Formats: sequence, structure tokens, C-alpha cells
Amino acid sequence: MGLLSDPVRRRALARLVLRLNAPLWALPVAWLERTMRSVGLEVYTQSFSRKLPFPDETHERYMVSGINVYGILRAPRAASTESLVLTVPCGPESPNSQAVGLMLALAAHFRGQIYWAKDIIFLVTEHDLLGSEAWLEAYHDINVTGMQSSPLQGRAGAIQAAVALELSSDVVTSLDVAVEGLNGQLPNLDLLNLFQTFCQKGGLLCTLQGKLQPQDWTSADGPLQGVQTLLLMALQQASGHPHGAHGLFLRYRVEALTLRGVNSFRQYKYDLVAVGKALEGMFRKLNHLLERLHQSFFFYLLPTLSRFVSIGLYMPAAGFLLLVLGLKALELWVQLHEAGVGPEEAGGTPGSSPPLPATQRVGLASLVAPLLISQAVGLALYVLPVLGQHVAAQHFPVAEAEAVVLTLLAVYAAGLALPHSTHWVLSTQAPDRSWMALKLVALIYLALQLACITLTNFSLGFLLAATMVPGAALTKPSGPRPLRAALLVLTSPAAALLGGLFLWQRLQEAPVSLAEGWRLFLAVLAQGVLAHHTYGALLFPLLALGLFPCWLLFWNVLFWKR
Amino acid sequence: LAGAGPLGAPLSLLVLLLLGPGVWGQTEPPRDSLREELVITPLPSGDVAATFQFRTRWIRSLSHYRLFPKALGQLISKYSLRELHLSLTQGFWRTRYWGTPFLQAPSGAELWAWFQDTVTDVDKSWKELSNVLSGIFCASLNFIDSTNTVTPSASFKPLGLANGTDHSFLRYAVLPREVVCTENLTPWKKLLPCSSKAGLSVLLKADRLFHTSYHSQAVHIRPVCRDARCASISWELRQTLSVVFDAFVTGQGKQDWSLFRIRSLCGPLPLCPQDNETLEVYPPPLTTYQDVVLGTRKTYAVYDLLDTAVINNSRSLNLQLKWKRPPGNEAPPTPFLYAQRYVSGYGLHNGELSTLLYNTHPYRAFPVLLLDTVPWYLRLYVHTLTITSKGKENKPSYIHYQPAQDRMQPHLLEMLIQLPASSVTKVSIQFERALLKWTEYTPDPNHGFYVSPSVLSALVPSEVTAQPVDWEESPLFNTLFPASDSSSYFMRLYTEPLLVSLPTPDFSMPYNVICLTCTVVAVCYGSFYNLLTRTFQIEEPSKGGLARRLANLIRRARGVPPL
Repeated sequence: MGLLSDPVRRRALARLVLRLNAPLWALPVAWLERTMRSVGLEVYTQSFSRKLPFPDETHERYMVSGINVYGILRAPRAASTESLVLTVPCGPESPNSQAVGLMLALAAHFRGQIYWAKDIIFLVTEHDLLGSEAWLEAYHDINVTGMQSSPLQGRAGAIQAAVALELSSDVVTSLDVAVEGLNGQLPNLDLLNLFQTFCQKGGLLCTLQGKLQPQDWTSADGPLQGVQTLLLMALQQASGHPHGAHGLFLRYRVEALTLRGVNSFRQYKYDLVAVGKALEGMFRKLNHLLERLHQSFFFYLLPTLSRFVSIGLYMPAAGFLLLVLGLKALELWVQLHEAGVGPEEAGGTPGSSPPLPATQRVGLASLVAPLLISQAVGLALYVLPVLGQHVAAQHFPVAEAEAVVLTLLAVYAAGLALPHSTHWVLSTQAPDRSWMALKLVALIYLALQLACITLTNFSLGFLLAATMVPGAALTKPSGPRPLRAALLVLTSPAAALLGGLFLWQRLQEAPVSLAEGWRLFLAVLAQGVLAHHTYGALLFPLLALGLFPCWLLFWNVLFWKR
Repeated sequence: LAGAGPLGAPLSLLVLLLLGPGVWGQTEPPRDSLREELVITPLPSGDVAATFQFRTRWIRSLSHYRLFPKALGQLISKYSLRELHLSLTQGFWRTRYWGTPFLQAPSGAELWAWFQDTVTDVDKSWKELSNVLSGIFCASLNFIDSTNTVTPSASFKPLGLANGTDHSFLRYAVLPREVVCTENLTPWKKLLPCSSKAGLSVLLKADRLFHTSYHSQAVHIRPVCRDARCASISWELRQTLSVVFDAFVTGQGKQDWSLFRIRSLCGPLPLCPQDNETLEVYPPPLTTYQDVVLGTRKTYAVYDLLDTAVINNSRSLNLQLKWKRPPGNEAPPTPFLYAQRYVSGYGLHNGELSTLLYNTHPYRAFPVLLLDTVPWYLRLYVHTLTITSKGKENKPSYIHYQPAQDRMQPHLLEMLIQLPASSVTKVSIQFERALLKWTEYTPDPNHGFYVSPSVLSALVPSEVTAQPVDWEESPLFNTLFPASDSSSYFMRLYTEPLLVSLPTPDFSMPYNVICLTCTVVAVCYGSFYNLLTRTFQIEEPSKGGLARRLANLIRRARGVPPL
């Protein structure tokens, strides 16, 4: 294989890297077009613009506009029905010039080969994920996030697989692979296996979640490291945020992963040839595929690159957790039934019981009112922050982004005052039975929600179940109330988010102090809301419209007036 | 040697290799004849296209087959064919980059035939015809059945002599998945009178022909006038083969080209350099030919291989094209009409078929006849059909829609759309994916299912007014489609085929296990539930009916215990 072996190409690459590292970053569109055309690709550009719902302070952007450049290598004697994508996300923070250089070198090499059966699209996106989103939406000719973009001039059929490449420096000591996509979607395990095979073949050092692969499984260290990696993956998947530019492809049923070249200042270094060889190998293998990748698992957890936990193994864990809710609900049902029948008739035949006295019935109002109020609070939590940002920014000395986060927290805290507001509405008849009925409804509601989440995004479902189920099961308006209240607050969705954040930082071996953690928490809240509006991430609406109202029901049960 | 003549605009130079008329069969007039032609065209993108055409004329007689292949001759009489057009193509003609083709064909196999109006059961003849052709050309044409056959109402007209065009005698089918390879080339070559032993067909080496970006071979049979008076007809068989050589792959980045790339003829010719604006041709041609082809004036350098002056001493000829200027990296000029087709949307429930039609003519609008054939398992929502140009709705002046029937016939949609000048027209229609029965899935269901390409038939305005030409004298590539009007020319384009994934069950072991387990559980549950909920009662035996009493009487009489 002649990739970068001749000095001319090597010099061209060096020139290119210099050119791309120019100060005052902007994507050199004209130059990219020229270069891609000169290696024999069909080149097209796409301009897009997007006004974010509120300024993104982490990435310092609000009105975003950019240009994506892509070149299509047309496979000979193929009718452009299938294609593969190699994408390089560029942005002001990570110019990713080395990756662009490697991509162009690969394109030049690929163009001279005759074995391609699928078209290959070489895509350079600006503003990393926003550019990818704009390109993907235009390629599939849909608009799900309100992106404004010019229509695409060139297409290459159904995309079968995609690889995103990020190289932060020209010295690569290891390759990190990221699989978690938007809303916790994962690519087919075969794609990962393919990458791992070529890593082994080329002697590349590969990491997962930034962690080295444990070699020694006999001592405690290996399994421990595996557990850490597994937890990191679960947290990443639960966040629902794409862990790389590949994450948005998964929505369109394109198997995709991100390769990150990392310079961790180790002794052994690879030049780009080694990375290029691995990529070439992957693309040739993908090119040979007759069908889409579908043979292997779509649901898995990874402790290491070579081992996985399959869905059959991990699903029972979540199932047992949810069973607690189910059993608790059954117990309440039986209790309610007994209380309704009355002690003297409990042993009698069920068919012949006389009609219950009116006072013993559970009023529908006592169920519907808390449900409605908590759902309304959830709706407010979902809508108000973005809708009211300008009002808040006018009346308080805060920026729009801060206003959004603070409104979010304010609505959340206001929701905690719910028990006091519901008491005005409720009649005080049969308090015992009412809270039981409310808790029964809340338990079933929670169990259903968690089951649905677990089916689509296991990590999120499991983490939420692990935090929320104990608090939910133990809640009742008797006993040591402050203790129970503390437990319930600690297991609320926001607290779980905060806890997950600290755990994440600790596992990343970058523990943060409380103040830093709080700042990080605020930033994450803003990012979560933004990700929902820009990419269609579902974590924020799930928490705001589903789980928070449900949690409020338990809060309500705890402070039930007896 | 004569010069190449005043050559017009850049990129307009083509090379014609002719093997000229009436070589064989010199017995008596009128007679069978064969003419061969190779057109070598530099494409706007820098690639080189080579189009071979072999024309055989046949005076139909009962048992005399001199030049005309017997297999096809018998086919004509047996199935009462009026016209037959078959093309087998690997690859896709990229009109935007390669310009307008002489004759485009859709990717895969395309077959359309007109039957004589004496045929009573057209569908039966069609079925048999496709099976026979499948055998002749070693192609999977036997997969043509009612689910992919349509009868277009306007898009396909007879190309030869015709009196009356009743469209019920037309059948059209495309197999987008057909793979074309040497096994299809060999039978195609065998239809030539000399196979690949003599003439231009010695250049048809499979290893070079399939080393290209595009390969299309076709057979066209049609009736034509025997002479200028047109008193009687003769049958014309045209065999065409087009290939596009990729300048990047074969030329290592250089776009110069020579016949050696196809096949080395022995020994080089003494070359005389000939100055030109952009392109040089070696050796300089003896004659040139100018004509308006596909709307633009072009100059052809003609090499008549039967002329002894062309191959004078060394009995060999090598042609070379050389670019004077290195080709720039600008995007090539776009043709007046090209199209693009894609599936939009995501998920496995709904989707949208979109076709973009580009009219790049600066000031003239022209009509396009669009033909869409969609398999039945994509259920079209016809009410969602929208046609927009320049942001406004575009009402088609003619629509013919024939709905699909599940497992019987495909959707057929034909529309006549006026394309405004310099515009993009988007034709989109939504569909729902049907669930197939489990035996209807192909062995590789996760590959996806093909939707055949749209066909665009258009009268595209010419840049230059064409002069009426003498059909007998003009080169072959110019005379397949009848020219109706001097200010426009007929053009047929095909879009790319589409690959659509359908909801596919997981045909793997876990799937089978789940199915089996569910069946067992369902059966067990049913019977257990029945057993558990049924109330059993002891029934008192009744006296029984009249027949029983009678039987018991007889039994008692015989001394047998009663029933």
C-alpha cells in the first residue's frame, strides 16, 4: 500500500497542515474544493445557518453559519445506490487539520483504486456537530431541528456506514474509539469489532473511554478497570449526548463510530500512515459488505474493546429493579382492596359485598389534581426556560444562557412546593386511601416510564431506576418524615444528574471540588437544553415532562396531610 | 494527408472509426449489409467515452440468414415482434459530468418491446419473449413478470417504421439489480456476423471493457425503410456498446488517451503533429465530418478503415488524443437537462421519493415526460404528489397513473411537466413501506430493495439549428432517434436506481427461537387455559334419538348390549 509512502504526498500533507493551521480560523472552503477536485472527486458545498435558542456559552456561539464541503468518489461500474462516509468535523476549538490532511491523502489514494463497489463521501463539516446535523438533514431532505441549509447538489444513495475522524495533534500515541450516539444509540457491534481487528493487525494502541485495555485479568486490577470503563460508558450513554461527530448518523440507521487520535505523551508514537492503514482496511472491508451491518448486537455494554455485555445479561438487572415497583404496587392494591372491603367482610365472598359507603371511596379529585398539577409543573419546566429567557434577561442582571439555567432551577424548586398547593384543592376524606391510590398510580407510572426508557437507552433507564426506585418504594406519609424527605430529594432526577457528574469526573481521574462541580452542573443543564433543541436529544424532555412530574407525585405522597 | 479542418469549440472533437457499408453479401440488390462504427468522445469531465455501433440490415426471408443472427430472426417471427430494445448496463451515466449521451441506458437490464397488432395475448408473448432472451443473453431476464412490467402510455414510441401506435402492444420492464459481466458480453458478440474475429469487434476485449467506469451494451431491432422510396421494409439490428474510460485510474492522472488503452494494434504509425486549440489527434484524419449532434455543432475526425490510405504500409492504426492545455480543475459545463433522484426521510415506516429535474437553459422552457415505476411494496400516497419549480407549484399538463396491486403489478406514474428556464423542479411523492410475507424477502433482505430509475423523455432545445441529414450517409450514432424538429432534439435520460430498506425481520437463530417458543407457548397456553377454565359436568346419558332406539331394539333382539 502506497499511502504516504512517497515523499511527494508526504510533503503535500505537511503543506496542507501548515495551511490549515493558519490563524483566525475559518474553513478554507475554496482551497478544499480545489484540492478535492484535483484528486478527482466530485465536489459540492453546502451552506447552513442556525440560530440557537439561546447563546451557547460553552462553545461561545449563538448565530451559527458555516459551510460544509464534501467530495464524492464515484465507484466505477456502480450506480450510486450505496455509499460510505468519512467525515472530519472541524470547528474553531478543534481545527482538526491533521484529520483533514489524512482524509485528503486517503481520498487521493482511494481514487486510484478500482475495487470500490460503493461510493465514498469525504465530508468536512464546520462547527462540528451542527455542521453534521445540517448535512445529514439535507442529505435525507428533512428538517427536524429548524436548521436552515441549502439543498445538496450531489448524493450517493443510501449511506451504509460512516467513520468520523478527529486528530488533535500530528503525533498520535493511541486511538480512542467512541460509539455512543445521540440518545444512547449504539452502532452495530461488528463495526467496533472491525476497528479492533485492524488495531490489532496494525499494532495500534486502542483505548475505550480514554482507558487502556487491561491486560491482566487474574489480579483485581483488570476487572476493576473494566468496571470503570463500563461505568463511564453507561454514564456517557445515559447522557444521550453524542460522543463524537458519528453520533448523529445513527438516527438515520447509518452504523458509525468516531476515532480520536490522542497524544498522551507516551513513548511509542504512530505516524499518520499507521492510522491511515487502519482506516483503509476498514473502508475496504465495509466496501465488501453486501448487506447493512446487522448480524451482531445493537445493544451492548463494553468493559473493554474485546469483551461486551450483551442485552440478555444486563436486562434482568433492570427487570428486577422494576419488579420492586411492581410488587410494591401490588401490595398497595391489595391493601386498598382490603381497606375498601372492610375488616369484617374481608373473609367473605368477593362477589356478594354490598356497595361501599361514600366516605370510603377514593375521590377522583384527589388523584387527578396532583397528577395535573405535577404535569403542569413539568410542562412549565420544559417550556418556560427558553420561552422566558428574554423576559428574565430584561428584568434581572443575567445573560440569556444564565437566565435559562436559573429559570430551570427556579421552576424545579417551585415544584417542590407542590404538596402545599395541592392541599387547597383536595378534600380530606379518607386520607389513607387517597395517598395509597396516588402512590399506586405514581408507582405504575414510574415503572412504565422506566421500562420504556430501559428498552431504548438501557444505561439511562438503569441509572434512573437505581436512583429513583428505593426512594419511590419507601415513600409514605408516616415515620421519620425529614429522613424520608432527604432520601427522596437525594434521589430526584436533578440530584441524580449531579451525582452522575461527580462520578463521571472521578472516573475520568479529574475529580472536581464542590464549587467547580456546581458550575459544571449549570453548564451541563444549559447544554442539555441546547442539545434537545439543536439535535433532538431526548434527555431534557424525558426528565422535564416524564420523570420529574412522576417524582413530584412521590413528593406529594410524602407530605400527604393525614 | 489532409488536415483536421477548422475545429470549433473545445471538447467538440470526436473520432469516428468506420467500417463501411456493404462489405458482405454482394450477391444481388437489395441485400443484407453490415456497417460498423466506433466513436471516441472526450467527455467534459476529462474521461473518454467509446461507443461501438454495429448495424445489420436484413431483408426478411424464411430461411436465409446471412448476416442477421438466426436466434433473433426466429424470435421476430415467432413472437410477431415489431420492435425490440434490450440493454444491459453496469454503472450509471453521469449526465452532469459526462454530458448528454448518444444513447443512455438505465443501470441493470432494460427491455421494451412492441408487438404486432396480430398478437392476441400480449402478456403471454412477453413472458415467453423475456424467457427466451434470458437464455440468449445469459441474463436474469426471466425475473421479468407482472410485478415489474408496465405499459407506458406516452413515454416510449416506436423508433422504427410504425403505422398506428396502440400502447396496449407495448411492454416495458427494468431490472435494476441485474449485474452485467463477461457472460453477457460473449453472447452479445456472437450475434455479430464475424463474432470478434474481424472488424472493430476485435477491440472488444472483456478485460479492458470491464475495467471502465461505465459499461452498457444494447440490442435494438426495428423495421426501417429499405430504400428512399420506402416501398418495402427491411429489419435493422443495431448492437451498441458504450464504455467510459476513467482518466484518473487508467491514465494515472493524465487525461491523454490512445487506442492502445483498449488493445495494442501492431506497430506504431508515423505521427504528424496537428495543432489545435485544446486537443490533438494522431494521426491526422483524412476526412472530417461536421454535424449538429445533440444540439451542438461538432466536428469529427473520420478514419475510414476500409480506405487503404489510412492503413497504408504498416497495416496498423493507433489513435491518440492529447490535451494541449493541462485540464483545469474547474467544474465542467453542465448539460441543459439532468436529473437526480433520492429517497428522503428516515425510519422504516414512511419515506418520500424525490426527483430533481434541472433545466439549465438560460431562457427556454421545455417539457419533460417523466415515467416512474415503483414496486408495489412501496405504497404511494398519490395525494402527496407535489411538483414545485422555483418555489411555485407546477401543474403537469398530463398525468397517467395506474395504481399498484399487491403482488400483481407496480405503480406506474407518467407526467408531462414543463420545466421553466434555468430552474430546478422537484417532484416528490410520499410512500409507506409494506410488510412482506416472510417468503417474499430476498436472500439478502438487509441489502435493501431496488426501485427502478425514472425515465425522462424530453425535447431539449438545440444550441444550433440542425440541418436535415441523409440517413443513409450520416454516421450511425446520429440516427437512432428520429429527429422531429430542427430547433430541438429528442433525449432520453435515466436517473439512478434507488435502494430502499424495508422493515426486515431478524432472520437469525434468536428470531427463529423466539418464533418457535412463542408458538409453543401459545399452543400450551391455549390448551391449559381451556383446561383450567372449563367447567366439567357429568352428563346424564339421554335416551337418544329414534335411530338409537331402533338400533337398541335390534341389538336387544340379537342379544348384544345396547349402545
